[in-house]
Amino acid sequence: MSDQTNNSVAFVRTEEVPSMPPPYTASGPVKWARDNLFSTPANSVLTIVALYVIYMILSGTMPWVLNGIWDSPSLSACREILDGKSGACFAVLTERWNQLLFGFKYPVDLYWRPTIAFVLFFFAAAPVLFFDLPRKLLIFTGLYPFIAFWLIWGGEIGTPITALIGVAVGYLVYSRLVASNFALGFFSGIAAAFVVWLVVGAVLPTGMIEEGSMRSVPSRDLGGFMLNMMLGVTCVSLSVPIGIALALGRQSDMPLIKYICVVFIEFIRGVPLITLLFVASVMLAYFFPPEATVDLFLRVVIMITLFSAAYIAEVVRGGLAALPKGQYEAADSLGLDYAQSMRLIILPQALKISIPGIVNVAVGLFKDTTLVSVISMFDLVGMIRGPILASTDWNGVYWELFGFAALLFFVVCYGISQYSQWLERRLATDHR
Amino acid sequence: MKKTVFLGALTVAGLAAGVAAAGTLDDVKARGKLNCGVTTGLVGFAAPDANGEWAGFDVSICRAVAAAVLGDPSAVEFVPTTGKTRFTALASGEIDMLARNTTWTFSRDVDLKFTFVGVNYYDGQGFMVPKDLGVSSAKELDGATVCIQTGTTTELNLADFFRSNNISYEPVPIETNAEAQQQYLAGACDVYTTDASGLAATRATFEAPADHVLLPEIISKEPLGPLVRHGDNEWGDVVRWTLNAMVTAEELGVTSANIAEMSAGTDNPEINRLLGTEGTLGEMLGLSADWGKNAIMAGGNYGEVFAKNIGEETPIGLARGLNAQWTNGGLLYSPPFR
Repeated sequence: MSDQTNNSVAFVRTEEVPSMPPPYTASGPVKWARDNLFSTPANSVLTIVALYVIYMILSGTMPWVLNGIWDSPSLSACREILDGKSGACFAVLTERWNQLLFGFKYPVDLYWRPTIAFVLFFFAAAPVLFFDLPRKLLIFTGLYPFIAFWLIWGGEIGTPITALIGVAVGYLVYSRLVASNFALGFFSGIAAAFVVWLVVGAVLPTGMIEEGSMRSVPSRDLGGFMLNMMLGVTCVSLSVPIGIALALGRQSDMPLIKYICVVFIEFIRGVPLITLLFVASVMLAYFFPPEATVDLFLRVVIMITLFSAAYIAEVVRGGLAALPKGQYEAADSLGLDYAQSMRLIILPQALKISIPGIVNVAVGLFKDTTLVSVISMFDLVGMIRGPILASTDWNGVYWELFGFAALLFFVVCYGISQYSQWLERRLATDHR
Repeated sequence: MKKTVFLGALTVAGLAAGVAAAGTLDDVKARGKLNCGVTTGLVGFAAPDANGEWAGFDVSICRAVAAAVLGDPSAVEFVPTTGKTRFTALASGEIDMLARNTTWTFSRDVDLKFTFVGVNYYDGQGFMVPKDLGVSSAKELDGATVCIQTGTTTELNLADFFRSNNISYEPVPIETNAEAQQQYLAGACDVYTTDASGLAATRATFEAPADHVLLPEIISKEPLGPLVRHGDNEWGDVVRWTLNAMVTAEELGVTSANIAEMSAGTDNPEINRLLGTEGTLGEMLGLSADWGKNAIMAGGNYGEVFAKNIGEETPIGLARGLNAQWTNGGLLYSPPFR
């Protein structure tokens, strides 16, 4: 039987057929397009409509962008060069570049100072943002506010050094005494800092400098995107700790603390930011004599910080509320006191839950810094709306300027949002 | 008893405030700088240039006052103010004077307690139409669509004008001047109406300004001028007579070109008094004898300042109109320097 079978077969393949490439309709870009773009008639229609819309947008904007004039002294000159063709006058950006970034009053020969402060900012922020970096780098982060202050405002180096010594001594006193009693350590730390400021401030020179490369620049002369960055960075970094303290205060068992925090949070959240800014710039001027006003930049920082701290407090409170009660009880059963249980058990988990909310507030806050233009501070938007659009050269340029402002803000805000997504992935330890 | 003490405290506080407010001239001299409130930016009237130097029609007033008081037209700290912050800045003493195209009205003068020291620009509400509409008078605008900023006096003036002329119109409400430009250019309305100087400045930014005309009718009074706080008449006098010096200089033919020659002494006693070579006018103001000369040298006389910043040679191209000297049929009429 077996022989018969062998003989009845004319051909036996001894090796495998090499696999044919799949039909071109079932592979590569064609398959991808069929699967994703033209899978059903309805989807095909949607694809074609979408492509048409994209084409319309690009055909409208691309000639305008590519035809852009980058070198021209004024809008009318730019229009002459274009000679009726569609095209952007990006020359306003090149001609007013420094004003857009630094404002119109910051001394031109001192632009290197805020630039260095900006570069150093990345070194200072890195160890905070990326905790795989060596912890020693945090020393630089601690020094950075004083360096940046000195670079941006200038003046005698004694001012930031005095401030630094005061903070350092205050921290030393606090860390000595905090082991026995938190309140004692906290308040004697503050008292020690004040004493040091008074004593050292009298010894070191802390005045203004009129001449030279480190001469003083008053706050009124700050402006441009620099002002937005300064307000954003300062207010976010101040409002996160204040917000956490407020959130904990709101959960406190002590009625006085609790109700102070509740009233503060609810009051601030019930008032528009622009109202607070008007209070900062206009109303406070009535309460001080004309010579002794608190610096306008400081007033604005305080108001924006209070505002965002109230929002961050609510976000953190959401994180605290999301933790199971068992976590609190577990901390208690280990014999940890309040500060320890918060620091070691509760806050790490609560803050991890709160990251998207905190980042949301931070992004919103950064964009809200443009509101200072209504109280005649010349931030990026203030520069555009005020001096640049009001100059006889550039009155009438809108798209180029506001597009540029949007681009700058987008870069920063997108960066923040990407960082927060990385942070969430990095911290994802549960709920797999 | 308690009430008396309270009232007494109030009186003392009031007196103290009065005393504090009375010395603006001394404050400025002691400070060595004039704090002058200006707009955050209005084409031709006040704006910093690419080097951050303020320039403009209102800015020139600040510089002239600084030159008269301190002898240095650059001794000015310009404090940019918005429409919302300008009056509080002046009332709180943050600025010594406000030169910010502010309309002189009854309530601002009386109720807000400011002193308008004069008028440096007579403005009024006007109309702009495209040339191909073929309209030469606002009275021919029957049935037109009008772009108008909401919530302003221009809206009320417009309604009054059309009603009194018994013609109809259709308002297109808009929020800001920038929006108005876009709407008008896009053809959403036939007519755009706002202050005439604003119309001229807006038209200057168009790609084809010659295709649009400003109609001759001016339907409201908007006298713009510098102002100071109530209750400090010495300081008010300084600002008032600095403005008058600029106007008088144009009337008498004193310009920044010939002032050096004229200040050596002329046959005209009024020029001599103005430039301080005769009489004691400067002493009466509490200033140096050559205050008038310094003020005029800062940026020229009124006519020169006008021509340089907003006049017909500039892109804004405003005609003198009401702002001509009274001898040329305008309203500029300075009291005599005597």
